Amino acid sequence: MSLDDVKTTGFKYVGTSPDRPDGLDKVTGRAKFGADAYAPGMLHGAIARSPHAHARIISIDTSKAEALEGVKAIVTRADFRDDLRGDHWNVLENVMAGDTALYDGHAVAAVAATSVLVARDAAKLIEVTYETLPHVTDVDEAMADGAPVIRAGTADKSVPEGLHPNVVRYHESGHGDVEAGFAEADLIIEDHFRTEATHQGYIEPHACLATLGGDGKGDLWCCTQGHWNVQKICSSLLGLETSQLRVTASEIGGGFGGKTVVFIEPVALALSRKTNRPVKIVMSRSEVFRASGPTASTSMDVRIGMKKDGTITAAKGVFRLQGGAFPGAPMEFTAMCAFAPYNLKHVKQIGYDVMSNRPKQAAYRAPGSPMGAFAVESVIDELCNKLGLDPIEVRLKNASREGTRASFGPTFQRVGLVETLEAAKAHPHYSAPLKPGQGRGISCGFWFNFGGETSVSLALSMDGTVQIVVGTPDIGGSRASMALMAAEELGIPYENIRCTIADTASLGYNEVSHGSRVTYASGLATIKAARDAVKKLCGRAAAKWGIDPEAVDWVDGCAVPSGPNAGDFDPMPIAQICKSMGRTGGPIVGHFEASPEGAGVSFATHIVDAEVDPETGKTSVVRYTVVQDAGKAIHPAYVEGQYQGGAAQGIGWALNEEYVYGKDGRLQNDVFLDYRIPVASDLPMIDTVIVEVPNPGHPHGVRGVGETSICPPLAAIANAVSAAAGVRLHELPMNPPRILAALARRD
Amino acid sequence: MSKIHVTTSVNGDAVEFLCDPRETLLDVLRDRLGLTGAKEGCGTGDCGACTITLDGRVVCSCLVLGAEAEGREVGTIEGIANGEELHPLQRKFIEHAALQCGICTPGILVATKALLEKNPDPTETEVRYWLAGNLCRCTGYDKIIRAVMDTAAELRSESKELS
Repeated sequence: MSLDDVKTTGFKYVGTSPDRPDGLDKVTGRAKFGADAYAPGMLHGAIARSPHAHARIISIDTSKAEALEGVKAIVTRADFRDDLRGDHWNVLENVMAGDTALYDGHAVAAVAATSVLVARDAAKLIEVTYETLPHVTDVDEAMADGAPVIRAGTADKSVPEGLHPNVVRYHESGHGDVEAGFAEADLIIEDHFRTEATHQGYIEPHACLATLGGDGKGDLWCCTQGHWNVQKICSSLLGLETSQLRVTASEIGGGFGGKTVVFIEPVALALSRKTNRPVKIVMSRSEVFRASGPTASTSMDVRIGMKKDGTITAAKGVFRLQGGAFPGAPMEFTAMCAFAPYNLKHVKQIGYDVMSNRPKQAAYRAPGSPMGAFAVESVIDELCNKLGLDPIEVRLKNASREGTRASFGPTFQRVGLVETLEAAKAHPHYSAPLKPGQGRGISCGFWFNFGGETSVSLALSMDGTVQIVVGTPDIGGSRASMALMAAEELGIPYENIRCTIADTASLGYNEVSHGSRVTYASGLATIKAARDAVKKLCGRAAAKWGIDPEAVDWVDGCAVPSGPNAGDFDPMPIAQICKSMGRTGGPIVGHFEASPEGAGVSFATHIVDAEVDPETGKTSVVRYTVVQDAGKAIHPAYVEGQYQGGAAQGIGWALNEEYVYGKDGRLQNDVFLDYRIPVASDLPMIDTVIVEVPNPGHPHGVRGVGETSICPPLAAIANAVSAAAGVRLHELPMNPPRILAALARRD
Repeated sequence: MSKIHVTTSVNGDAVEFLCDPRETLLDVLRDRLGLTGAKEGCGTGDCGACTITLDGRVVCSCLVLGAEAEGREVGTIEGIANGEELHPLQRKFIEHAALQCGICTPGILVATKALLEKNPDPTETEVRYWLAGNLCRCTGYDKIIRAVMDTAAELRSESKELS
């Protein structure tokens, strides 16, 4: 098989669901997560944080804290580089406040001490004098005339003149002439939608253990989605040479995008450098909520025109995203994904990135896409209701297909939206009867998926077993997927392969585990590294047989003579070749390093039944079905798990989760009791249908599955709730007070 | 501040330790006894990642002081398997892909083991309410519930064969 061959059928290992290689560690409690590392002489760090939403820092008095027994060092912004510009300056500004505290929970100083208790006591003794400033936490208010300016001069060149300085980036895309398109419509609906910020809600708080000496050499252990990125940023913030900082990724207790950035790691390194001792920092849950990235909150206007037969004639969306006190709210993703499921002649989307006095938003599973889908798919649902059309038929009629010019520019290659809609239509859920008080909603969703820098090494052992080294932290079972893909290529059992996540000293740069890229990019690299190894194995057999290496095939884990030499020699198994590799040319290792660009976009269609209690306004999701195109499901059980997890997070976002800010600009719900994510008794079983329309850009057809699953739920649930309540819901979360208000409006 | 001397039993082993009066049992288990299987997800008793048993009763170890372990029997995830033989729940969680990141898994296993000892034939609803104090952000609970129900069924059929 040549290096570039694509195999999409006839799999032996791919598509099976064996036990995961890290299963035993994780059910026995011995898996080492971020907070599970200890070092001799270790100190504990704690961080002092601003209680104000916006305040000038007048002075920081550390004398009382330093006097406490057991305190070894205190750091402030002065302990970091002072010559940074651009993105890394923004990261540092978030990691440790400079002149101004920009949000409730913003770090202002940190202490290292001999115990956690002493460190926390000392952090409370750090006396910061603030001059409070006017603040704003709402996206529309932050854009309005007279709103307090978070940081003047932050706006980039994309922002049109005349907008408030808090609008820092602007996006516009689309094609056609939307006004001409609206003129062709039989019905136009325009509506306003809002979503609140939610948190990724990973159960493991950020944790790290840092060791750094005055020689500029350091080691960092942390829970992260991408340790090369941590290495790059931390070395920059501390003025180290990148290669002198070795970063090891722990097992990671959930990330969902929120662990793609750094918060405590540079602080622990600074404290370690100052004390010459290892320093461990673990965030409390309150710190996670107040100071690590939630999503953006949004304010959106969507206008769609439709003919009586269901054809969409034009669509326009305006998406305003508040992303905290820094640039970067993913408004362009909201804008680009919002109309992506539809083949539109006339479409226009506008995005605003708005700063406010909230923590810097971080990526959360398909960042930006779920909110746009909520607005767009709600309007489409309303159009279907008013025109008496079936919501799946209308979506099929307008669906993006191969050759469709995407709303955001490029032309789609082979995509699987139609297949998900057909599967949803055929699913028994779609035609099942509803009980009184229940409503059904459907929605489509879209995410790009991503490639990025990838480096994989695959080494053969002398007994013919294989160790794969990848650089993408395993968030949900990817080591199993890598081993399956390698088993497929090498023709050896899954159990004969061990996949390890390497530290930054062991491989070339690997992009973060985000963008649903791991099974796509590290998978592609694993397959190509395996093919590289196969080529070398065939070469060894050819040399032994004295024939042309091109005349050797690899079949079921054996080198086999082919072509003119077919049948001349017995097949040579991998173990036999590896046993003598030291004498036949040395170790056999396959490599692959690249930035693959063939990530395949993916679509999903969800069906939800919701029941609304008119007395209390409480909503229950009573049935849920996810239909999503995986391209190829390498380990179907973990693909189902991604579908179910995305749906569950979407249910929380739609019905319950939100950041609640008081008038004082402080976060009012910074514990799980008050920020309530779905618990087992809140949810039904979540049915899944895996559609497989292979991605031509991956050797086994993988598209990536982690993120698309959270794109449809907000809208699908809103459509179900609106059907059950008999009134359209425009704002998330649809908590009982909002439902009761909507019911009162209806009556 | 002077420390408190505590004599207790952890997973059947006699254990002694010194702890600060403010130190939680979770911190003692993790930082003093090296038993890091119980996790701190919240520190306020909301997430269940630190679930252990105290005299057989399921508790959040972040809400128990180390000093309160005096004279009690503490059970943690590290004590669930019998040598190299996994508890059926541990085996079924792997088989059913009932974990993704795995941070909540120790707490959920300790909690469900206690459930099945109390109620060998729980309904799906009973399992869901029993686990309502154990947050999982990855799985949507579907495969967890299936793994628990399947384990319960297996244990019931085994005990039937024995009787």
